[in-house]
Amino acid sequence: MSRAPSRMPLVPALQVLIVLREERIVVTTMGAAREWPKLAQHALDFHYVPSAMGEAPALGLGLALSKPQREVLIVNGDGGMLMNLGSLVTIVASGCRNITLVVLENGIFEVTGGQQTAAARAQARAQVDLAGMARGAGFANVHAFQRLDAWQREAAAILEQPGPRFITLAVEPVVDWQLNAPGPMSERLARFKAALAAV
Amino acid sequence: MDYPGEQVAESLVRAGITHVVWLPDSALGPWETAFDRSSSLDLVRVCREGEAWAIAAGLCLGGKSPLVMIQNTGLFESGDALRNVLFDLRLPLLAVIGYRSYLVPDSTDSARRFTEPILAAWGLDYILIQHPDELPKMTAHLQACRQANKPGVVLVAEGRM
Repeated sequence: MSRAPSRMPLVPALQVLIVLREERIVVTTMGAAREWPKLAQHALDFHYVPSAMGEAPALGLGLALSKPQREVLIVNGDGGMLMNLGSLVTIVASGCRNITLVVLENGIFEVTGGQQTAAARAQARAQVDLAGMARGAGFANVHAFQRLDAWQREAAAILEQPGPRFITLAVEPVVDWQLNAPGPMSERLARFKAALAAV
Repeated sequence: MDYPGEQVAESLVRAGITHVVWLPDSALGPWETAFDRSSSLDLVRVCREGEAWAIAAGLCLGGKSPLVMIQNTGLFESGDALRNVLFDLRLPLLAVIGYRSYLVPDSTDSARRFTEPILAAWGLDYILIQHPDELPKMTAHLQACRQANKPGVVLVAEGRM
């Protein structure tokens, strides 16, 4: 009997969000920013490349505060999340409820060649639980998925729960790739700002 | 130097600021009550200064007029976030930065030594205010930077940390 996979492939995991995003403002970074624009385009997408690593949740929070009537979906990496764990507290403290923060957890820094994160190293000694950290910071709804079928089954209902929401998806790592910006920043930002102005 | 919080808040509102994104020091901190009471300013508290620049970036993209308010030590801490939003994203963000040790004669505080060289290295348009009477100067600088659609910084002279 084969063991059930403990991680899901990245692209189908993102496709769940793409199908469900509706008119949400979407901020992606790292692996999500590499794949999402190949799968779908929307005027309210901002693929945060180049970024200040770790700052995608903060940038998404600023968007959410500026557009309180509109849901904001942030798709972050676990390396970036580890760089800015305080942003979990900042999001909750802001009182913002229109945020969903998804963390793609693969245990490595893909963009620099696949080195293990400190959390991945720590796993050998004690479980590093990003979902537990989000729960401890006060996120209203926290979920962790390792299996794609469970994520596909439950995602729609989770996105309807009260925010702020935090979701970790254990995804298979991808190595040997380049993170290229999907077009000039000035042009992408102009389109994004115009779309935001219409919200 | 004690700046009345209400006057600071009014000065920021006059400059068109909608949000103060901050991690205060002991000189800026007493303004908290006035910011909280202001019906025209929203106060956003962060855990680390880099967040402040990124939150301000999101607010700016969404059509608001945020201001980052941190100490000069936080400026040093948040260099990459600042670099990204001001130079990659080219957002005209504004900041008020507490200038630790500026008022201490013969200070050897390295935070004082590096503040202005670093702002100059970033190419940021900054002014220094040393007294509450100079708050109109702060308002004017922030307004001028907003109208020119460029980043700008106001340094607030402080004593010891």
